[in-house]
Amino acid sequence: MEQIPILKIGDCLLVSIQVDMHDRLAMALQDDLTAKIVASRARGVMIDISALEVVDSFIGRMLNNIAAMSRVLDAVTVVVGMQPAVAITLVELGLALTGVRTALNVDKGLALIRRLIDGEEDELDRRKG
Amino acid sequence: MIVEKDETMPVRNAEDVVRVRREVRTHAIGAGFNLVDQTKIVTAASEIARNTVDYGGGGTLRLETVRLGARRGVRLTFADQGPGIADLKLALTDGYSTGPGLGLGLSGAKRLSNEFDVKSTPGEGTIVTLVRWK
Repeated sequence: MEQIPILKIGDCLLVSIQVDMHDRLAMALQDDLTAKIVASRARGVMIDISALEVVDSFIGRMLNNIAAMSRVLDAVTVVVGMQPAVAITLVELGLALTGVRTALNVDKGLALIRRLIDGEEDELDRRKG
Repeated sequence: MIVEKDETMPVRNAEDVVRVRREVRTHAIGAGFNLVDQTKIVTAASEIARNTVDYGGGGTLRLETVRLGARRGVRLTFADQGPGIADLKLALTDGYSTGPGLGLGLSGAKRLSNEFDVKSTPGEGTIVTLVRWK
């Protein structure tokens, strides 16, 4: 059975999509990730799509869903590495990834996740304080 | 219009949709498309191929590399014998879907193509033709 590996680094989960996914594989990744966020109590999810040459409406919906589900599970999602041709095509397709945070690469993505998590904690401290 | 390359492939399941993306990419590269144009026609093909599988009950794709004067292009013809589309105008509206999708398949693919045509007869099937020129 094919599967997209999910790596755990500290309190983050890292997924690097290296294959052209068929729809069932994309759905399986969505389910696996959601389960893993809960099991590992992850606070951040980074999805590297730098190897993806096509993001159509189905994959786009999957990315939106993952971001929405992780938000409900108290984790932030950042999509990194989108190729310029893919970004241009997505906009023309009519798919605005409105619920998805993006960063140029893995380094910037990790920094963004860290900022988002820390920012939330600061906010909580202030309310308590 | 001169047809330089002409192939037909099945579009029956999710794996075929991945194959469609690969074969359309090969035609687009062969026709001299740049990366953005390749990505646009491959993405459009992926949308229509999924419709062929999910709504049309499977069908076929005819892939052609065509030439008109000095211009080369890729023409894709998706055909199925499914239930057809009852209201074509509605089906081409952004956000309209009878399934679980986002309703961007037909309308999005149309925007990503230079020429786009849908012929559908309820009860007999649907033929979607799209062309992108270099």
